[in-house]
Parts: sequence; structure tokens; C-alpha cells
Amino acid sequence: MTTTAARLTARFDDAPLTLVARHRPLGLALLLLLAFVVLPLLGSDYWLNAILIPFLVLSLAGLGLNLLTGYTGQTSVGAAGFMAVGAFATYGLLLRVPGLPLPLALLGGGLIAGVVGLVFGLPSSRIKGFYLMVTTLAAQFFLEWVFAKFAWFYNYASSGTISAPRLELFGHNLATPVGRYLLTLSCVVVLTWVAVNLVRSQVGRNWMAIRDMDTAAAVIGIQVERYKRLAFAVSAFYLGIAGALWAFAYLGTASAGSFDINRSFQILFIIIIGGMGSIAGNFIGAAFISLTPILLSHAGQWLFNGHVDAGQLQNLQKILFGSLIIWFLIKEPEGLVRLLGNLRERIRVWPLRF
Amino acid sequence: MRKTLRRHLLASLFLLGAPTLLPAIAAAADNQQFVPMATYRVGAYASSGIPWWAGEIDYFRYINEVEGGINGVKLTWQECETEWNVDRIVECYERYKNGQDGAPTAFFFTHSTPGSYALMEKGAADRIPLIDGAGGRTESTDGSVFPYAFPLLLNYYGQASVGINYIAEREGGFDKLKGKKIVTVYHDSAYGRETQAPMQLLAQKYGFENIQIPVADPGNEQSAQWRQVRQLKPDWVFLRTWGVSTPVGIKTAARFGIPVDHIIGDVWAGSEADVIPAGTAAKGYQALAPFPGGSDFAIHQRLRQHILDTGKSDLKDPSYFGKVYYNIGLINAAIAVEALRTAQGKFGNRPLNGEEARWGFEHLNIDAARLKAIGFEGLLPPLKLSCSDHEGGGAARVQQWDGEKWVLVTDWVQADRATLRPLIEAKSAAYAKEKGITPRDCASEQ
Amino acid sequence: MNFFLETLIGGLLAGTMYSLVAIGFVLIYKASGVFNFAQGAMLLFAALTFVSLHQQGLPFAVALAITVVVMIIGALLIERLVLRPLVNRSQITLFMATLGLSFIIEGLAQGLMGAQVRALDLGIEDVPLFVGDIMISQFDLVAAGVSAALVTLLALLFNRTRIGLALRAVADDTRAALSLGINLNRIWQVVWAVAGVVGLVAGLLWGARQGVQFSLSLVVLKALPVLIIGGFTSIGGAIVGGLIVGAAENLAEAYIGPLIGGGITPWFAYFLALIFLYIRPAGLFGDRAIERV
Repeated sequence: MTTTAARLTARFDDAPLTLVARHRPLGLALLLLLAFVVLPLLGSDYWLNAILIPFLVLSLAGLGLNLLTGYTGQTSVGAAGFMAVGAFATYGLLLRVPGLPLPLALLGGGLIAGVVGLVFGLPSSRIKGFYLMVTTLAAQFFLEWVFAKFAWFYNYASSGTISAPRLELFGHNLATPVGRYLLTLSCVVVLTWVAVNLVRSQVGRNWMAIRDMDTAAAVIGIQVERYKRLAFAVSAFYLGIAGALWAFAYLGTASAGSFDINRSFQILFIIIIGGMGSIAGNFIGAAFISLTPILLSHAGQWLFNGHVDAGQLQNLQKILFGSLIIWFLIKEPEGLVRLLGNLRERIRVWPLRF
Repeated sequence: MRKTLRRHLLASLFLLGAPTLLPAIAAAADNQQFVPMATYRVGAYASSGIPWWAGEIDYFRYINEVEGGINGVKLTWQECETEWNVDRIVECYERYKNGQDGAPTAFFFTHSTPGSYALMEKGAADRIPLIDGAGGRTESTDGSVFPYAFPLLLNYYGQASVGINYIAEREGGFDKLKGKKIVTVYHDSAYGRETQAPMQLLAQKYGFENIQIPVADPGNEQSAQWRQVRQLKPDWVFLRTWGVSTPVGIKTAARFGIPVDHIIGDVWAGSEADVIPAGTAAKGYQALAPFPGGSDFAIHQRLRQHILDTGKSDLKDPSYFGKVYYNIGLINAAIAVEALRTAQGKFGNRPLNGEEARWGFEHLNIDAARLKAIGFEGLLPPLKLSCSDHEGGGAARVQQWDGEKWVLVTDWVQADRATLRPLIEAKSAAYAKEKGITPRDCASEQ
Repeated sequence: MNFFLETLIGGLLAGTMYSLVAIGFVLIYKASGVFNFAQGAMLLFAALTFVSLHQQGLPFAVALAITVVVMIIGALLIERLVLRPLVNRSQITLFMATLGLSFIIEGLAQGLMGAQVRALDLGIEDVPLFVGDIMISQFDLVAAGVSAALVTLLALLFNRTRIGLALRAVADDTRAALSLGINLNRIWQVVWAVAGVVGLVAGLLWGARQGVQFSLSLVVLKALPVLIIGGFTSIGGAIVGGLIVGAAENLAEAYIGPLIGGGITPWFAYFLALIFLYIRPAGLFGDRAIERV
């Protein structure tokens, strides 16, 4: 039986980049201005806390997974496990290394997650595709168990929960909604910038070569195993930082249960729906995944308030969400980023068709 | 081509534009108190969530329609579905912490221990009391460090203590506990592990052997655990499971020949949903009940007359009336209403904010006469909270499953709160140190 | 020694319950290369439909027959609305689609039939049997018998019927089968329908043990390591894998668990699966994929 490998045609890889490239300096500046200045000024606590922060963190997590799955072609369903490593490691560093500034702790948490990712990436030298996905599933369950079981990781709290240490940067208190938003945003912007450059570097091109056909990549002299492991490590680094932000900037607390298998699926959804092998796709996918349920619940309350049993409304929303996912998978195999790209092209030549 | 274009346009509009438009829907409301409800009507815990929220909603409706609100202040509420996910509980909290349409939020029912943990600091910062009856963070019983968290009625330490006290009662005295073997089979989660510390303390005090056996989530296959239990031949088993692990535990115990009437379930392993799937194996199983089941209490007669029989109940299936989870909802709602009433006594008969409601909770005193008046005699022990005691009652009844329904077999069994208190204070002091909190001086607040 | 034997036998029998769930995955993966995450939801849906009908007062056999029909209709719909539009897409896209499908099925199941927990009594006594000193669960014996019967039936279906032949042809080489005029859509319909019925059997046995409720859909997580060990394409592998996982899990919890704090079952099976993956990447009985440049 021949299995069609999960791969995307290479010509779309740089589509989002060229998209940004055309209007880059101005558009980017406007976007950053909006994100850094306008939103904190205008956004209510609710918008910052409950919509923007989780959206940004999920985008970052999607970015991490996309480096591994979308760019290197190694499917992983253990994303949340690495997020947990990042969260618990950052917590441990802040707790046990006195005077460690927050950015360094986040970096350290990410690096530890990266090392763990490297270890769980070792099987990638022997195992491919679908079966590899299952090893990441093992990582997911193992890591979840470790952080539930060994009390050292959560400082012997009876409940197994870690809570955010004081979020401070150079004496500024970051515990306010705006502070946590800006912390998250800064991390996301820096890491996105790194990722954009990374995928355009030699490393990124090697990854894509491996994704498109690893045997061929080996033939032209790419050290396939090394680059696969590197992808696991870098991906876990991103996921680790995302996990730490999820725990401390968004929830304010976390336990092993915050990073369960459903979170892994959620992140996989983000990259598939947003667009595999695309940086912008992660943001679009994260927006879709985090906003749709909220949107559906608002719409449900607005349309049917009091007329339909609340439980049934929830089931309906679940069905609708599942249908939307399938619909997008059918309609846009390359994700929403492609859909938006098409739309742009159409609008540009409007009212002509082509 | 045209058609697909339109579809794509619509989809993108839906994605990008709609979130900004929708929350603007509003209708003005005066003299109303808002109650956010982080429900779970779908997902793995829906079978407990549906009757639970029905109990709360029915009681609020009763207050609104029969009593005309709390001293004229009507209650209004809005649900958000969380599927018992922490992040969605946080989202719901953020969405509704400032109230809705001008009606302020006075408290937030977390009804989820992980949720209580997640909101602990936000609640304190936003001054919104977090209510989590028979759950929550145990050390938040110490209100001097946790001003805005209320693990009402019976915290997890108390649950362990009530279990041991009941076993002592059955054995004929605390001296009889010496040398006994008590196995705790627990759900391997924060919730399940929470009683390890008090059990250890109590084992030292009374000289019984304390053995802890974890069951990993979700716990739908437990033969390894119960084979171990069978090897140990314990005198009593304390079952601290949750969700599907309870019926599977009871059934597997029966398969291994462990007498079910020597298994004591804890609060969250003691509802109909926990025993019905276990079938005949559960007959004789006992469980702690700070929220007893039954529909013959005074409040049930009133609700039946005004809500259930008039078709206003939130219950889709009326046979759930008076079931354990329905009563959990009633009790939580009633305590909240009484706390608001108490606060209104100080701040005036108007909608209250979180800070005022906290005052109400901390000065709540439901004595026997008041219990009788609101129709909760037998459902609730007298409850008195204070600045330093956010738990109150610290007692539970014990109920036994007769194959059809829960039968209450004891009156209120008190937890040994004096023994547990130092443990709680040590934990809350550690928390205060970690977070740099200066505890309030409760003596001056009374 | 007795304790060891009892643990081993108990574990092996418990393992057949895992195998039952795993078979449903194998069927679909073999025929369409889809890792069907919605198998758990299908299991829940089937068991819920059956229990609801049975509680309405329908006799056992009638309720069973109606449920089978419902599962077949469901399979036809899934094939038409989800699989056919996604033909030739990557495995991960199909996997994601089944995740979406599981949302839909779970929503439908709870919406149509309610979320309360229901008891399911199949009339099998769940009392211990003693062989010498060794305790064996009667229920597990019955479950093992049912699995054996099911596997025999499936073997007959695949080896003795035309549709079985076509199915094996598709599994062997999809393109060649297509060029011979085998109707791929029909094969998928059949396979999903059969997987639905297998899900019903598994749902009933698991439901009898833990009550019919939402968490039934979580038993799929138990089936995954079984699949890794046995291989995704072999029904015999699913059985052997189930036995290995069941026995190893029980022995590990009894002998290793106490040393490291217990509760190791959820990941131990995966850990075991990892070891197998290193040694045999396609599982014990799975087909090895050959890649060409």
C-alpha cells in the first residue's frame, strides 16, 4: 500500500511572504502600531484578557507546531505536552533561581522544552509519518503524567497546580491586563520575526526539502536525521514559551490538565485550518479556533435567548463547529491563508473576474 | 466561480467582522443583580452539570417570582458553556465579571476546583467572591489570606475527616481505629490528591494504616487497582473518584469481592450518576453528602408548587427533581441569596458589587430558625462564616444507595476542624509568603 | 505466583476489551487510510442509540436491529458528505476531518438522546469465578468470547465474500483496484458501516461496564497503543496487541506502579508501544510501507 505523504506543493510556501512583502514596510508598521498602541488603549479588559491574549498565545503555539509539521513534515500530536514542559520549567526557574528576570526565565523554559522535544524527536530517525505521530502521542501522555505525579515540579502544592509568580520586568508590574497583553505580544512578535527568518534560511530550506521528500533530501546531502531533530527542538522551544504564556499570562495558573490531548488537537487544528507551511496561517487559524466558539455562543444567545434549551444550543454549536472544520478542510485544503489570498486577488481585479 | 466567490466573501466576513458586532446587543436593566453561570451542559461532565444548573436556576426563579427578588432586587443570569474546561471558565469570568447591562456581578460560581485555582488571583484583584461549595482551594478557608475565595460548607480536608469520623462511629469509637487498614482509592488529579495530607495526619492521630492507591484519569479500567485492594484486605475503602471512575470503581470492587457497604464515597462520588451505571453492584454503597439527595424537604414542596408544576423549571426531565446534583444547585443558590440578603442589611436593598457581597458572605449566619424559614432544614447544617473561616459548616451527612435512591443514614457528622486548622494555616501562610500578601487582621474586622 | 497468574489472566482478558475498540480502527484504516478518530464518538452514538431505544420499551433484538440500521445510514452519510469530497487528500487532513466528525457525532448523540448516565444491563453476571485460588471475571470471559466471535465473522466476511475480496484488493493497491473497476465508494460505505457495527458491540460491552455516557468516547485513547503494537492494518494484530497491552498494563501497575507512585496505566501502554515502534515501526503485523524516490 502506498501512503500519500502529508505534503504541500512548494509553490505556496512563500505566498504569505510575498503577500506581506509587497506592502511590507507600511503595512507592518501599521499593524504593529495597532497591536502595541491602539489595542491596549482601546481594548477593554475582556478583550485583552479573554480574546487577544489567548489568541496570541495560540498563534505562537501554532507557529511552533507549524515549524515541525508544516515546514518539516513531521506530524505531531504532542504539542500540549511540550507546552506543559515550558510552563512548568518557567515556573521552576522563577521559583528556584532567585532574581532571575522574567524574559530569561521564559527563555530558559523554552530551552528546557526544546531539549525535551529533542529527546522525543529521536524516534524520528527510524519512524516516519503516521507512526511518528503516535510516538508524539506517547510524549503527550507521558509528560502529562510526569507533571501530575511528581510534586517537585509544582513545588509540593497539594493540588498539583502552579500559579503565576509575580510578573515583573525591570520593576514594572506586568500583572495588569495591559501588562500581560504587552508581554505576550512582545514575545509573539520577536518569535515570529525569528521564525520568518529561520524558514528562509538554510535551515528552513533543508526542512522543506525533508518535508517534500526526505529520501531525496538525503541524496542531495542534507543530514536528514539531524535536521528532523532540530525541527523537534525548535518546535518544542516555541511551544514551551507558548505554554508558559498560556499558564501565566492567560490563565494565571496551570496544572497538567491544562495541557491535555485536546489542547494538542486544538493546535493541530490551528495549523491545518490556518494553513500548513505558512507563518500568517497560524494567526488566522488561531483566530478561527479561539473566536468561533465565543462567536457561536454570542450568536446563540442573541438569536435564541430563552427560547431554546441551553443544553441543546450547546450541542448545536458543537455540531456547527465540527461542520465548519470539515467544510474548511474540503473547501480549502491549503487553509484559510490561501482563501484570504484568493480573495485578495479577486478584489484586486474586481469587477473583472481574472 | 461567482458562487464560490460569494461564499468566500461571506466566510471571511463571518470570520473577521462578526465578533465586533455581536456583543453590542443590550437591553437596559435597573435594580437587577447579575449572576454569571459557567455551565457545562455538554461534554464529559454534562450529566452532573445539567441538574446542577437547573437547581440553581430554579431557585433563582423561585426567588424572583414568588418572593419578588431579594428584597425587591431581581436576579438575572447568563450562561456560558465551558464543558468544564478551565480556560473557558476563565473566559466566561472575564466576559461577565463586570456584570451585564448595568446589573453588577456580586459573585462567581466557579463550581470547578481547577477553575477556582485559575481564578484565585483574578478574583482577589477584581474583588469578585469565588464560590465553590465543597470544593475549591482548601487553604482558602483562611479568609485572612484569601479574602475572595469561599470553599463553602466542607473543604477537602473536612471531607477526609468526616469520612474517618464516620468510620470511627461505625467501628464504635476512635480507639477502635487503631490498627485498622483504610485504603483510599483516588482519582489521580489535584482533586484526588488533596486529601493525602489530612489522611496522613489523621492516621498518625488515630493509629490506622493509611494506604493510597491512585486511579489514572479517566479510570475506565481499574482491575489492577482493585486487585491490589483485594490483596491488602482493607477494613474500609474511601473512594475519592470523579466522573466515570466512580461506577467503574464500584463495579470492579464488586468483581473482586470487596464488600460494597465498606466503601465510603466522598462528596463527588456520591450522586445518582455515580451509582446507576454500576447497577446492583452499588447497592449498599455509602457516600458523604454535604448536599443530601431527596425531594421531601420543605423547599422542594415550595418549588414543586411554584416552579415545577407551573412548567417553569429548567429541568428537561422532571425525574431529576431532588436528585443529588439538583440539590447541590439549590444549596449553592440559597447560600448565595442569603449572603446577598445579609449584605443588603448593611449596604441597602440594591444590587451589590463584589466587595459588598464579600462582606455579606463573611457575615453570613444561617441559624436553625433561618434554615427552617427558607425551607432547607435537613439539607444544610447551620452555617456561619467569618473573615477567618470561609468554610462554615464543616459537616456532612452520610447517605446509602438502596438500589433505587439515596437514603440518609446519619445526621450531620462533624469534621474535626480543630485538628485540621493548623495544616490549613501553614498552607495559607506559605501562599501568602509566595505571593507577598499581608494577611488581613481578622480580629479587627469582626 | 498465584497473584502473578491472576494478574496475567485478568490483564489478558481486560485486553480483549481494548482489542474490540481497536478492530474498528483497523477496518477503516485498512480500507481507506483514514485514522478515524471519530471511532470513539461512533461507539458512544451506537451505545446511546441502543440504550435509548431499549429504554423506550423495545425488545433487545429490535433495538439492536434498529441501531445497526442507524449505524449503516450514518456510514453512508459520512462517506457521501465527508470522505468523498476529501478523496486523495493527505492522511492528516483526513484525520482532522474525523476529529471534526467526532464533534458532530458527539453533539448529535447528546442532543438527541440526552446527557444523563444510563445503566446498561446485558444480563451478564459480573461475579468472580474461582479456578483454584485464581479469580477470573465472568464478564471478561464473555467479552473475550464476543471478540473471538466477531473476529471470526469478520474473517469470513473478508475471505469468503466478493466484497471482502474487493476490500482486500483496495487495501493492497488502491489504484490497481480502481483500474479493475472496483467501486471505491462502495467499499468505503461497507467498511464504515461494519466499523459502526463493531463500534456498537464494543460500545455495549464497555457501556455495560461503566454506564453509557459521554466518557465512552474516551476509550479510543486506550485503543491507540494496541494499534501501534499490533499494526494498523491487521485485525489479528489488534487482538494480539490488545492482549499484550492488557497484560503488560496490569502487571506493570501491580509490580512497577508501587515503586514509582502508581497510576502509570495511561502512559505505560504508550511507552510499551514506543519500544515496539523502535523495533518494528509498522507494528507486529502491519504492512511495511515501501517508499520510492
